[in-house]
Amino acid sequence: MKNNGKFVGVMATVVSVCWLIPVLIIIVSAFSPREVVSAWPKALIPTDFSLDTMKFFFNVTGVWKATLNSLAVAAMTMVFALVLGAPAGYALARFDFAGQNLYRVMIIMTRAFPLAILALPLVTRFISLGLYDTLLGVALVHTALALPFAILVSSSLFMGIPRELEEAGWTLGCSRFTAFMKIVMPLALPGLAAAMIFSFVISWNEVFAASVLTLNNRTLTAFLFASLEESPLHFRFAGGFFLVVPSLIFIFVVRKYLFAMWGIANR
Amino acid sequence: MTNPHRLPYLLVAPSVAFLALLFLWPLAETVLMAFITPDGRTTGEYIAKMVGDLNFGVALRNTLILVAVIVPLQVCIALGLAMMLQKVERGRMTHLYVWTIPLGISDLAAGIVWLAILTDRGYLNSVLQLFGAIDGPTTWLSIRTPVALFVCVILAEIWRATAIVLVILVAGVQLIPKEYNEAAEVFGASAWQRFVKVTLPLLKPSLQSALILRTVLAFEVFAVVYALAGRDLPVLVGEAYNWQAQYQNTHVASAYALFILLVSIGSTLIYLRALRVRKETLA
Repeated sequence: MKNNGKFVGVMATVVSVCWLIPVLIIIVSAFSPREVVSAWPKALIPTDFSLDTMKFFFNVTGVWKATLNSLAVAAMTMVFALVLGAPAGYALARFDFAGQNLYRVMIIMTRAFPLAILALPLVTRFISLGLYDTLLGVALVHTALALPFAILVSSSLFMGIPRELEEAGWTLGCSRFTAFMKIVMPLALPGLAAAMIFSFVISWNEVFAASVLTLNNRTLTAFLFASLEESPLHFRFAGGFFLVVPSLIFIFVVRKYLFAMWGIANR
Repeated sequence: MTNPHRLPYLLVAPSVAFLALLFLWPLAETVLMAFITPDGRTTGEYIAKMVGDLNFGVALRNTLILVAVIVPLQVCIALGLAMMLQKVERGRMTHLYVWTIPLGISDLAAGIVWLAILTDRGYLNSVLQLFGAIDGPTTWLSIRTPVALFVCVILAEIWRATAIVLVILVAGVQLIPKEYNEAAEVFGASAWQRFVKVTLPLLKPSLQSALILRTVLAFEVFAVVYALAGRDLPVLVGEAYNWQAQYQNTHVASAYALFILLVSIGSTLIYLRALRVRKETLA
Protein backbone atom coordinates (compact mmCIF):
# COMPACT_ATOMS: atom_id res chain seq x y z
CA MET A 1 0.00 0.00 0.00
CA LYS A 2 2.82 2.39 0.85
CA ASN A 3 4.73 1.63 -2.36
CA ASN A 4 1.52 2.14 -4.25
CA GLY A 5 1.27 5.66 -2.87
CA LYS A 6 4.87 6.40 -3.85
CA PHE A 7 4.25 5.13 -7.39
CA VAL A 8 1.20 7.35 -7.75
CA GLY A 9 3.28 10.26 -6.47
CA VAL A 10 5.88 9.69 -9.19
CA MET A 11 3.20 9.39 -11.86
CA ALA A 12 1.57 12.62 -10.69
CA THR A 13 4.91 14.40 -10.84
CA VAL A 14 5.50 13.17 -14.40
CA VAL A 15 2.07 14.47 -15.44
CA SER A 16 2.74 17.80 -13.73
CA VAL A 17 6.07 18.23 -15.52
CA CYS A 18 4.47 17.45 -18.89
CA TRP A 19 1.67 19.91 -18.09
CA LEU A 20 4.17 22.66 -17.27
CA ILE A 21 6.44 22.28 -20.30
CA PRO A 22 4.14 24.23 -22.67
CA VAL A 23 3.91 27.06 -20.12
CA LEU A 24 7.70 27.15 -19.75
CA ILE A 25 8.12 27.20 -23.51
CA ILE A 26 5.82 30.20 -23.98
CA ILE A 27 7.65 32.02 -21.18
CA VAL A 28 11.02 31.31 -22.81
CA SER A 29 9.67 32.33 -26.22
CA ALA A 30 8.32 35.61 -24.87
CA PHE A 31 11.63 36.47 -23.20
CA SER A 32 13.90 35.54 -26.08
CA PRO A 33 15.15 38.09 -28.55
CA ARG A 34 13.63 38.03 -32.00
CA GLU A 35 16.54 36.14 -33.59
CA VAL A 36 16.11 33.26 -31.14
CA VAL A 37 12.40 32.96 -31.94
CA SER A 38 13.27 32.17 -35.55
CA ALA A 39 16.55 30.35 -34.83
CA TRP A 40 17.15 26.75 -35.95
CA PRO A 41 17.74 24.43 -34.27
CA LYS A 42 16.78 25.93 -30.95
CA ALA A 43 18.94 25.53 -27.87
CA LEU A 44 16.91 23.34 -25.53
CA ILE A 45 18.42 25.12 -22.56
CA PRO A 46 17.89 28.81 -23.30
CA THR A 47 20.74 31.15 -22.45
CA ASP A 48 19.89 34.27 -24.40
CA PHE A 49 17.21 36.21 -22.54
CA SER A 50 15.95 39.62 -23.47
CA LEU A 51 13.02 41.92 -22.75
CA ASP A 52 12.91 43.21 -26.32
CA THR A 53 10.02 41.01 -27.42
CA MET A 54 7.87 41.97 -24.44
CA LYS A 55 8.80 45.66 -24.81
CA PHE A 56 7.79 45.52 -28.43
CA PHE A 57 4.48 43.99 -27.39
CA PHE A 58 3.70 46.55 -24.67
CA ASN A 59 4.60 49.43 -26.94
CA VAL A 60 1.83 48.45 -29.30
CA THR A 61 -0.95 50.95 -28.63
CA GLY A 62 -3.98 49.56 -26.84
CA VAL A 63 -2.48 46.50 -25.19
CA TRP A 64 -2.72 47.84 -21.63
CA LYS A 65 -6.20 49.21 -22.02
CA ALA A 66 -7.41 45.95 -23.55
CA THR A 67 -5.99 44.04 -20.59
CA LEU A 68 -7.84 46.15 -18.02
CA ASN A 69 -11.01 45.82 -20.07
CA SER A 70 -10.69 42.04 -20.11
CA LEU A 71 -10.25 41.90 -16.33
CA ALA A 72 -13.23 44.16 -15.66
CA VAL A 73 -15.53 42.20 -17.97
CA ALA A 74 -14.46 38.85 -16.49
CA ALA A 75 -15.01 40.05 -12.92
CA MET A 76 -18.51 41.30 -13.71
CA THR A 77 -19.35 38.04 -15.48
CA MET A 78 -18.18 35.99 -12.50
CA VAL A 79 -20.40 37.87 -10.04
CA PHE A 80 -23.48 37.96 -12.30
CA ALA A 81 -23.23 34.23 -13.06
CA LEU A 82 -22.95 33.22 -9.40
CA VAL A 83 -25.73 35.47 -8.13
CA LEU A 84 -28.12 34.30 -10.86
CA GLY A 85 -26.93 30.71 -11.13
CA ALA A 86 -26.48 29.29 -7.63
CA PRO A 87 -30.11 29.81 -6.46
CA ALA A 88 -31.38 28.24 -9.67
CA GLY A 89 -29.03 25.28 -9.24
CA TYR A 90 -30.34 24.78 -5.72
CA ALA A 91 -33.94 24.87 -6.90
CA LEU A 92 -33.20 22.25 -9.58
CA ALA A 93 -31.52 19.95 -7.10
CA ARG A 94 -34.00 20.15 -4.22
CA PHE A 95 -37.49 20.76 -5.63
CA ASP A 96 -39.83 19.03 -8.03
CA PHE A 97 -41.73 21.82 -9.68
CA ALA A 98 -43.85 22.14 -12.79
CA GLY A 99 -41.74 23.36 -15.70
CA GLN A 100 -38.55 21.94 -14.26
CA ASN A 101 -37.73 19.92 -17.35
CA LEU A 102 -38.51 22.80 -19.65
CA TYR A 103 -36.16 24.96 -17.60
CA ARG A 104 -33.43 22.34 -17.77
CA VAL A 105 -33.76 22.06 -21.54
CA MET A 106 -33.58 25.84 -21.85
CA ILE A 107 -30.35 25.94 -19.85
CA ILE A 108 -28.72 23.24 -21.91
CA MET A 109 -29.86 24.87 -25.12
CA THR A 110 -28.26 28.12 -24.04
CA ARG A 111 -24.98 26.39 -23.57
CA ALA A 112 -25.42 24.47 -26.80
CA PHE A 113 -25.64 27.58 -28.90
CA PRO A 114 -22.55 29.11 -30.50
CA LEU A 115 -22.07 32.51 -28.95
CA ALA A 116 -20.86 34.08 -32.18
CA ILE A 117 -24.35 34.28 -33.61
CA LEU A 118 -25.89 35.11 -30.24
CA ALA A 119 -23.95 38.38 -30.22
CA LEU A 120 -24.87 39.47 -33.74
CA PRO A 121 -28.57 40.32 -33.36
CA LEU A 122 -27.67 42.04 -30.08
CA VAL A 123 -25.55 44.70 -31.77
CA THR A 124 -28.53 46.73 -33.03
CA ARG A 125 -30.34 46.44 -29.69
CA PHE A 126 -27.21 47.38 -27.74
CA ILE A 127 -26.62 50.47 -29.85
CA SER A 128 -30.14 51.74 -29.10
CA LEU A 129 -29.72 50.96 -25.37
CA GLY A 130 -26.32 52.63 -25.15
CA LEU A 131 -24.70 49.31 -24.25
CA TYR A 132 -22.72 49.00 -27.45
CA ASP A 133 -18.96 49.33 -26.98
CA THR A 134 -19.33 49.22 -23.18
CA LEU A 135 -17.77 46.70 -20.83
CA LEU A 136 -21.15 46.07 -19.19
CA GLY A 137 -22.61 45.07 -22.55
CA VAL A 138 -19.87 42.51 -23.15
CA ALA A 139 -20.21 41.24 -19.57
CA LEU A 140 -23.96 40.70 -20.05
CA VAL A 141 -23.37 38.52 -23.12
CA HIS A 142 -20.58 36.66 -21.33
CA THR A 143 -22.94 36.07 -18.40
CA ALA A 144 -25.46 34.49 -20.76
CA LEU A 145 -22.69 32.09 -21.75
CA ALA A 146 -21.41 31.43 -18.24
CA LEU A 147 -24.77 31.16 -16.49
CA PRO A 148 -25.70 27.66 -17.73
CA PHE A 149 -22.31 26.42 -16.47
CA ALA A 150 -22.96 27.96 -13.08
CA ILE A 151 -26.46 26.44 -12.91
CA LEU A 152 -25.49 22.94 -14.11
CA VAL A 153 -22.42 22.71 -11.89
CA SER A 154 -24.12 24.06 -8.76
CA SER A 155 -27.16 21.85 -9.35
CA SER A 156 -25.09 18.65 -9.55
CA LEU A 157 -23.23 19.91 -6.51
CA PHE A 158 -26.35 20.46 -4.38
CA MET A 159 -27.70 17.10 -5.58
CA GLY A 160 -24.63 15.45 -4.11
CA ILE A 161 -25.22 16.98 -0.66
CA PRO A 162 -27.53 14.67 1.32
CA ARG A 163 -30.96 16.18 1.86
CA GLU A 164 -31.05 14.66 5.36
CA LEU A 165 -28.32 16.98 6.61
CA GLU A 166 -30.47 19.96 5.79
CA GLU A 167 -33.62 18.31 7.18
CA ALA A 168 -31.78 17.58 10.42
CA GLY A 169 -31.02 21.30 10.63
CA TRP A 170 -34.73 22.14 10.24
CA THR A 171 -35.75 19.75 13.02
CA LEU A 172 -33.15 21.36 15.26
CA GLY A 173 -34.79 24.73 14.74
CA CYS A 174 -32.97 26.21 11.77
CA SER A 175 -35.03 28.14 9.26
CA ARG A 176 -34.68 27.08 5.66
CA PHE A 177 -32.29 29.97 5.09
CA THR A 178 -30.09 29.36 8.15
CA ALA A 179 -29.94 25.65 7.40
CA PHE A 180 -28.81 26.49 3.89
CA MET A 181 -26.14 28.95 5.04
CA LYS A 182 -24.81 26.83 7.92
CA ILE A 183 -25.06 23.31 6.50
CA VAL A 184 -25.29 23.35 2.72
CA MET A 185 -23.08 26.35 1.96
CA PRO A 186 -19.87 25.08 3.62
CA LEU A 187 -20.21 21.80 1.71
CA ALA A 188 -21.04 23.55 -1.53
CA LEU A 189 -18.41 26.31 -1.42
CA PRO A 190 -15.64 24.39 -3.19
CA GLY A 191 -17.92 23.52 -6.07
CA LEU A 192 -19.28 27.05 -6.23
CA ALA A 193 -15.69 28.23 -6.44
CA ALA A 194 -15.23 25.89 -9.36
CA ALA A 195 -18.34 27.36 -10.98
CA MET A 196 -16.88 30.84 -10.54
CA ILE A 197 -13.63 29.75 -12.16
CA PHE A 198 -15.60 28.63 -15.21
CA SER A 199 -17.42 31.96 -15.42
CA PHE A 200 -14.21 33.94 -15.22
CA VAL A 201 -12.50 31.75 -17.78
CA ILE A 202 -15.38 31.80 -20.25
CA SER A 203 -15.31 35.58 -20.24
CA TRP A 204 -11.53 35.86 -20.35
CA ASN A 205 -11.31 33.42 -23.28
CA GLU A 206 -14.13 34.86 -25.28
CA VAL A 207 -13.18 36.45 -28.58
CA PHE A 208 -16.10 36.80 -30.95
CA ALA A 209 -18.82 38.54 -28.94
CA ALA A 210 -16.22 40.93 -27.57
CA SER A 211 -15.05 41.74 -31.10
CA VAL A 212 -18.57 42.23 -32.39
CA LEU A 213 -19.85 44.28 -29.47
CA THR A 214 -16.90 46.63 -29.05
CA LEU A 215 -15.01 49.05 -31.20
CA ASN A 216 -12.77 51.15 -28.98
CA ASN A 217 -13.13 49.16 -25.76
CA ARG A 218 -11.59 45.94 -27.07
CA THR A 219 -10.85 43.11 -24.67
CA LEU A 220 -7.38 41.61 -24.88
CA THR A 221 -8.44 38.44 -26.71
CA ALA A 222 -10.43 40.45 -29.25
CA PHE A 223 -7.47 42.77 -29.70
CA LEU A 224 -5.01 39.92 -30.26
CA PHE A 225 -7.33 37.89 -32.44
CA ALA A 226 -7.91 40.83 -34.75
CA SER A 227 -4.17 41.26 -35.23
CA LEU A 228 -3.25 37.57 -35.33
CA GLU A 229 -2.90 37.09 -39.06
CA GLU A 230 -0.66 40.04 -39.82
CA SER A 231 1.46 39.83 -36.66
CA PRO A 232 4.96 38.28 -36.60
CA LEU A 233 5.65 35.13 -34.56
CA HIS A 234 7.42 36.92 -31.70
CA PHE A 235 4.48 39.29 -31.22
CA ARG A 236 2.11 36.32 -31.06
CA PHE A 237 4.28 34.55 -28.50
CA ALA A 238 4.48 37.69 -26.34
CA GLY A 239 0.71 38.07 -26.59
CA GLY A 240 0.15 34.42 -25.78
CA PHE A 241 2.39 34.72 -22.75
CA PHE A 242 0.63 37.86 -21.57
CA LEU A 243 -2.77 36.15 -21.90
CA VAL A 244 -1.45 33.29 -19.78
CA VAL A 245 -0.09 35.41 -16.89
CA PRO A 246 -3.36 36.54 -15.23
CA SER A 247 -4.69 33.00 -15.42
CA LEU A 248 -1.62 31.65 -13.62
CA ILE A 249 -2.21 34.17 -10.83
CA PHE A 250 -5.95 33.58 -10.79
CA ILE A 251 -5.72 29.81 -10.49
CA PHE A 252 -3.03 30.26 -7.85
CA VAL A 253 -5.34 32.40 -5.70
CA VAL A 254 -8.21 29.96 -6.11
CA ARG A 255 -5.84 27.11 -5.25
CA LYS A 256 -5.68 28.33 -1.66
CA TYR A 257 -9.44 28.55 -1.58
CA LEU A 258 -9.77 25.07 -3.03
CA PHE A 259 -7.51 23.87 -0.25
CA ALA A 260 -10.36 24.39 2.21
CA MET A 261 -12.33 21.83 0.25
CA TRP A 262 -9.73 19.13 0.90
CA GLY A 263 -10.03 19.91 4.61
CA ILE A 264 -13.78 19.34 4.54
CA ALA A 265 -13.49 16.14 2.52
CA ASN A 266 -10.98 14.64 4.94
CA ARG A 267 -12.82 15.89 8.03
CA MET B 1 -42.03 32.03 6.03
CA THR B 2 -42.23 31.89 2.27
CA ASN B 3 -44.78 29.57 0.74
CA PRO B 4 -42.71 26.45 -0.10
CA HIS B 5 -44.51 26.01 -3.41
CA ARG B 6 -43.36 29.41 -4.56
CA LEU B 7 -39.77 29.11 -3.42
CA PRO B 8 -38.32 27.17 -6.41
CA TYR B 9 -39.92 29.65 -8.80
CA LEU B 10 -38.46 32.59 -6.88
CA LEU B 11 -35.01 30.99 -7.02
CA VAL B 12 -35.27 30.31 -10.73
CA ALA B 13 -36.97 33.54 -11.83
CA PRO B 14 -33.95 35.88 -12.10
CA SER B 15 -32.06 33.48 -14.35
CA VAL B 16 -35.16 32.89 -16.50
CA ALA B 17 -35.63 36.61 -17.03
CA PHE B 18 -31.97 37.05 -17.88
CA LEU B 19 -31.88 34.16 -20.34
CA ALA B 20 -35.09 35.25 -22.02
CA LEU B 21 -33.53 38.63 -22.76
CA LEU B 22 -30.03 37.52 -23.68
CA PHE B 23 -30.64 34.08 -25.12
CA LEU B 24 -34.17 33.36 -26.34
CA TRP B 25 -34.62 36.68 -28.09
CA PRO B 26 -31.35 36.63 -30.08
CA LEU B 27 -31.90 32.91 -30.71
CA ALA B 28 -35.29 33.53 -32.30
CA GLU B 29 -33.73 36.29 -34.37
CA THR B 30 -31.03 33.89 -35.56
CA VAL B 31 -33.48 31.18 -36.59
CA LEU B 32 -35.46 33.77 -38.56
CA MET B 33 -32.19 34.88 -40.19
CA ALA B 34 -31.51 31.37 -41.46
CA PHE B 35 -34.91 31.05 -43.17
CA ILE B 36 -36.20 34.51 -44.05
CA THR B 37 -34.82 36.89 -46.65
CA PRO B 38 -34.44 40.63 -45.93
CA ASP B 39 -37.67 41.31 -47.88
CA GLY B 40 -39.66 38.84 -45.74
CA ARG B 41 -39.83 35.73 -47.93
CA THR B 42 -39.40 32.28 -46.37
CA THR B 43 -36.61 30.43 -48.11
CA GLY B 44 -34.41 27.38 -47.96
CA GLU B 45 -31.72 28.97 -50.08
CA TYR B 46 -29.39 29.77 -47.16
CA ILE B 47 -29.49 26.18 -45.97
CA ALA B 48 -28.89 25.01 -49.53
CA LYS B 49 -25.98 27.44 -49.84
CA MET B 50 -24.43 26.12 -46.64
CA VAL B 51 -24.79 22.44 -47.58
CA GLY B 52 -23.66 23.13 -51.13
CA ASP B 53 -20.52 24.93 -49.97
CA LEU B 54 -17.29 23.04 -50.69
CA ASN B 55 -16.04 23.48 -47.13
CA PHE B 56 -19.22 22.27 -45.42
CA GLY B 57 -18.56 18.54 -45.72
CA VAL B 58 -14.89 18.96 -44.81
CA ALA B 59 -15.68 21.15 -41.80
CA LEU B 60 -18.35 18.73 -40.59
CA ARG B 61 -16.01 15.75 -40.93
CA ASN B 62 -13.13 17.53 -39.19
CA THR B 63 -15.32 18.69 -36.30
CA LEU B 64 -16.81 15.22 -35.79
CA ILE B 65 -13.37 13.58 -35.80
CA LEU B 66 -12.07 16.08 -33.24
CA VAL B 67 -15.08 15.65 -30.92
CA ALA B 68 -15.06 11.87 -31.17
CA VAL B 69 -11.36 11.64 -30.30
CA ILE B 70 -10.96 14.48 -27.81
CA VAL B 71 -13.95 14.08 -25.48
CA PRO B 72 -13.54 10.37 -24.53
CA LEU B 73 -9.79 10.87 -24.12
CA GLN B 74 -10.35 13.84 -21.85
CA VAL B 75 -12.89 12.07 -19.63
CA CYS B 76 -10.57 9.07 -19.22
CA ILE B 77 -7.57 11.27 -18.45
CA ALA B 78 -9.53 13.43 -16.00
CA LEU B 79 -10.91 10.34 -14.21
CA GLY B 80 -7.41 8.92 -13.95
CA LEU B 81 -6.02 12.19 -12.64
CA ALA B 82 -8.85 12.60 -10.11
CA MET B 83 -8.20 9.07 -8.78
CA MET B 84 -4.45 9.72 -8.69
CA LEU B 85 -5.02 12.90 -6.75
CA GLN B 86 -6.82 10.94 -4.04
CA LYS B 87 -3.90 8.58 -3.59
CA VAL B 88 -1.10 11.14 -3.74
CA GLU B 89 0.39 11.60 -0.30
CA ARG B 90 2.45 14.74 -0.75
CA GLY B 91 2.12 17.80 -2.95
CA ARG B 92 -1.54 17.16 -3.72
CA MET B 93 -2.37 20.85 -3.96
CA THR B 94 0.66 21.55 -6.14
CA HIS B 95 -0.42 18.88 -8.61
CA LEU B 96 -3.99 20.12 -8.63
CA TYR B 97 -2.71 23.64 -9.23
CA VAL B 98 -0.49 22.58 -12.12
CA TRP B 99 -3.19 20.45 -13.73
CA THR B 100 -5.75 23.22 -13.53
CA ILE B 101 -3.48 25.94 -14.95
CA PRO B 102 -4.87 25.42 -18.49
CA LEU B 103 -8.33 26.13 -17.06
CA GLY B 104 -7.45 29.80 -16.95
CA ILE B 105 -5.78 29.87 -20.33
CA SER B 106 -7.73 31.27 -23.24
CA ASP B 107 -8.16 28.97 -26.22
CA LEU B 108 -6.46 31.59 -28.34
CA ALA B 109 -3.47 31.65 -25.99
CA ALA B 110 -3.36 27.84 -25.84
CA GLY B 111 -3.20 27.75 -29.62
CA ILE B 112 -0.29 30.21 -29.55
CA VAL B 113 1.47 28.22 -26.82
CA TRP B 114 1.34 25.05 -28.90
CA LEU B 115 2.33 26.99 -31.99
CA ALA B 116 5.61 27.78 -30.21
CA ILE B 117 6.14 24.04 -29.75
CA LEU B 118 4.87 22.70 -33.06
CA THR B 119 5.85 25.34 -35.61
CA ASP B 120 8.51 24.58 -38.26
CA ARG B 121 11.35 25.98 -36.20
CA GLY B 122 9.69 25.12 -32.89
CA TYR B 123 10.81 23.09 -29.90
CA LEU B 124 9.38 19.75 -30.99
CA ASN B 125 11.39 19.84 -34.20
CA SER B 126 14.51 20.94 -32.30
CA VAL B 127 14.20 17.88 -30.07
CA LEU B 128 13.52 15.58 -33.04
CA GLN B 129 16.58 17.03 -34.82
CA LEU B 130 18.68 16.36 -31.74
CA PHE B 131 17.74 12.68 -31.90
CA GLY B 132 18.28 12.61 -35.64
CA ALA B 133 14.63 11.88 -36.38
CA ILE B 134 14.31 14.73 -38.88
CA ASP B 135 16.57 16.70 -41.17
CA GLY B 136 15.98 20.41 -40.79
CA PRO B 137 12.72 22.26 -40.07
CA THR B 138 9.70 20.10 -40.85
CA THR B 139 6.13 21.31 -41.29
CA TRP B 140 3.48 19.49 -39.26
CA LEU B 141 0.82 22.19 -39.22
CA SER B 142 -0.28 21.88 -42.81
CA ILE B 143 -3.01 20.07 -44.69
CA ARG B 144 -0.28 18.19 -46.57
CA THR B 145 0.33 16.24 -43.36
CA PRO B 146 -3.30 15.78 -42.23
CA VAL B 147 -2.64 13.12 -39.59
CA ALA B 148 0.08 15.20 -37.93
CA LEU B 149 -2.14 18.27 -38.10
CA PHE B 150 -4.98 16.45 -36.34
CA VAL B 151 -2.63 15.04 -33.71
CA CYS B 152 -1.28 18.55 -33.03
CA VAL B 153 -4.76 20.03 -32.57
CA ILE B 154 -5.82 17.10 -30.37
CA LEU B 155 -2.69 17.48 -28.20
CA ALA B 156 -3.34 21.18 -27.73
CA GLU B 157 -7.02 20.60 -26.92
CA ILE B 158 -6.26 17.86 -24.41
CA TRP B 159 -3.74 20.04 -22.65
CA ARG B 160 -6.07 23.03 -22.68
CA ALA B 161 -9.48 21.65 -21.82
CA THR B 162 -9.08 18.49 -19.74
CA ALA B 163 -8.90 20.66 -16.61
CA ILE B 164 -12.58 21.62 -16.90
CA VAL B 165 -13.57 17.95 -16.69
CA LEU B 166 -11.03 17.37 -13.91
CA VAL B 167 -12.37 20.11 -11.63
CA ILE B 168 -15.96 18.88 -11.95
CA LEU B 169 -14.89 15.30 -11.22
CA VAL B 170 -12.65 16.29 -8.30
CA ALA B 171 -15.49 18.34 -6.81
CA GLY B 172 -17.72 15.29 -7.26
CA VAL B 173 -15.23 12.87 -5.73
CA GLN B 174 -14.96 15.17 -2.69
CA LEU B 175 -18.63 14.66 -1.96
CA ILE B 176 -18.43 10.85 -1.88
CA PRO B 177 -18.23 9.87 1.81
CA LYS B 178 -14.98 8.04 2.53
CA GLU B 179 -16.94 5.47 4.53
CA TYR B 180 -18.45 3.94 1.38
CA ASN B 181 -15.03 3.06 0.02
CA GLU B 182 -13.80 1.88 3.40
CA ALA B 183 -16.85 -0.35 3.82
CA ALA B 184 -16.26 -1.87 0.37
CA GLU B 185 -12.63 -2.46 1.32
CA VAL B 186 -13.65 -4.21 4.55
CA PHE B 187 -15.80 -6.55 2.48
CA GLY B 188 -12.80 -7.38 0.35
CA ALA B 189 -13.42 -5.34 -2.80
CA SER B 190 -10.30 -4.73 -4.85
CA ALA B 191 -9.26 -1.20 -5.82
CA TRP B 192 -10.69 -1.71 -9.31
CA GLN B 193 -13.98 -3.11 -7.96
CA ARG B 194 -14.29 -0.15 -5.59
CA PHE B 195 -13.71 2.21 -8.49
CA VAL B 196 -16.28 0.55 -10.75
CA LYS B 197 -18.95 -0.31 -8.17
CA VAL B 198 -18.69 2.55 -5.67
CA THR B 199 -16.93 5.59 -7.08
CA LEU B 200 -18.20 5.58 -10.67
CA PRO B 201 -21.93 5.23 -9.87
CA LEU B 202 -21.70 7.96 -7.23
CA LEU B 203 -19.86 10.17 -9.71
CA LYS B 204 -22.64 9.89 -12.27
CA PRO B 205 -24.12 13.39 -11.76
CA SER B 206 -20.66 14.93 -12.08
CA LEU B 207 -19.81 12.78 -15.10
CA GLN B 208 -23.03 13.83 -16.76
CA SER B 209 -22.31 17.53 -16.24
CA ALA B 210 -18.73 17.11 -17.40
CA LEU B 211 -19.67 15.21 -20.55
CA ILE B 212 -22.37 17.67 -21.58
CA LEU B 213 -20.12 20.67 -21.00
CA ARG B 214 -17.13 19.25 -22.78
CA THR B 215 -18.96 17.84 -25.80
CA VAL B 216 -20.84 21.03 -26.51
CA LEU B 217 -17.63 23.02 -26.11
CA ALA B 218 -15.79 20.59 -28.35
CA PHE B 219 -18.30 21.25 -31.14
CA GLU B 220 -17.35 24.92 -30.83
CA VAL B 221 -13.62 24.28 -31.25
CA PHE B 222 -12.26 27.19 -33.23
CA ALA B 223 -9.57 29.50 -31.83
CA VAL B 224 -7.05 26.72 -31.12
CA VAL B 225 -7.50 25.37 -34.63
CA TYR B 226 -7.24 28.86 -36.10
CA ALA B 227 -4.05 29.69 -34.20
CA LEU B 228 -2.41 26.36 -35.13
CA ALA B 229 -3.67 25.57 -38.60
CA GLY B 230 -5.00 28.85 -39.94
CA ARG B 231 -7.41 28.02 -42.74
CA ASP B 232 -5.94 24.59 -43.41
CA LEU B 233 -8.34 22.81 -41.09
CA PRO B 234 -11.91 24.09 -41.57
CA VAL B 235 -14.25 23.44 -38.64
CA LEU B 236 -17.96 24.27 -38.35
CA VAL B 237 -17.72 27.34 -36.13
CA GLY B 238 -14.82 28.61 -38.19
CA GLU B 239 -17.01 28.43 -41.29
CA ALA B 240 -19.82 30.30 -39.52
CA TYR B 241 -17.27 32.95 -38.55
CA ASN B 242 -15.99 33.22 -42.12
CA TRP B 243 -19.47 33.60 -43.57
CA GLN B 244 -20.11 36.40 -41.09
CA ALA B 245 -16.81 38.25 -40.96
CA GLN B 246 -15.47 37.63 -44.46
CA TYR B 247 -18.41 37.13 -46.80
CA GLN B 248 -20.70 39.31 -44.64
CA ASN B 249 -23.56 36.85 -45.05
CA THR B 250 -25.31 36.62 -41.67
CA HIS B 251 -27.97 34.36 -43.18
CA VAL B 252 -25.63 31.52 -44.12
CA ALA B 253 -23.71 32.07 -40.86
CA SER B 254 -27.01 31.63 -39.02
CA ALA B 255 -27.71 28.45 -40.96
CA TYR B 256 -24.36 27.12 -39.72
CA ALA B 257 -25.18 28.20 -36.18
CA LEU B 258 -28.52 26.42 -36.38
CA PHE B 259 -26.82 23.27 -37.64
CA ILE B 260 -24.23 23.32 -34.83
CA LEU B 261 -27.03 23.90 -32.33
CA LEU B 262 -28.95 20.84 -33.54
CA VAL B 263 -25.86 18.62 -33.40
CA SER B 264 -25.02 19.85 -29.87
CA ILE B 265 -28.56 19.34 -28.59
CA GLY B 266 -28.61 15.86 -30.10
CA SER B 267 -25.49 14.85 -28.20
CA THR B 268 -26.76 16.43 -24.97
CA LEU B 269 -30.01 14.46 -25.15
CA ILE B 270 -28.05 11.26 -25.66
CA TYR B 271 -26.05 11.93 -22.48
CA LEU B 272 -29.13 12.82 -20.45
CA ARG B 273 -30.73 9.52 -21.48
CA ALA B 274 -27.65 7.35 -21.17
CA LEU B 275 -26.61 8.69 -17.76
CA ARG B 276 -30.01 9.28 -16.21
CA VAL B 277 -29.71 10.28 -12.56
CA ARG B 278 -32.53 8.91 -10.42
CA LYS B 279 -33.39 11.14 -7.50
CA GLU B 280 -34.05 8.26 -5.07
CA THR B 281 -30.50 6.97 -5.51
CA LEU B 282 -29.12 10.33 -4.44
CA ALA B 283 -30.14 10.09 -0.80
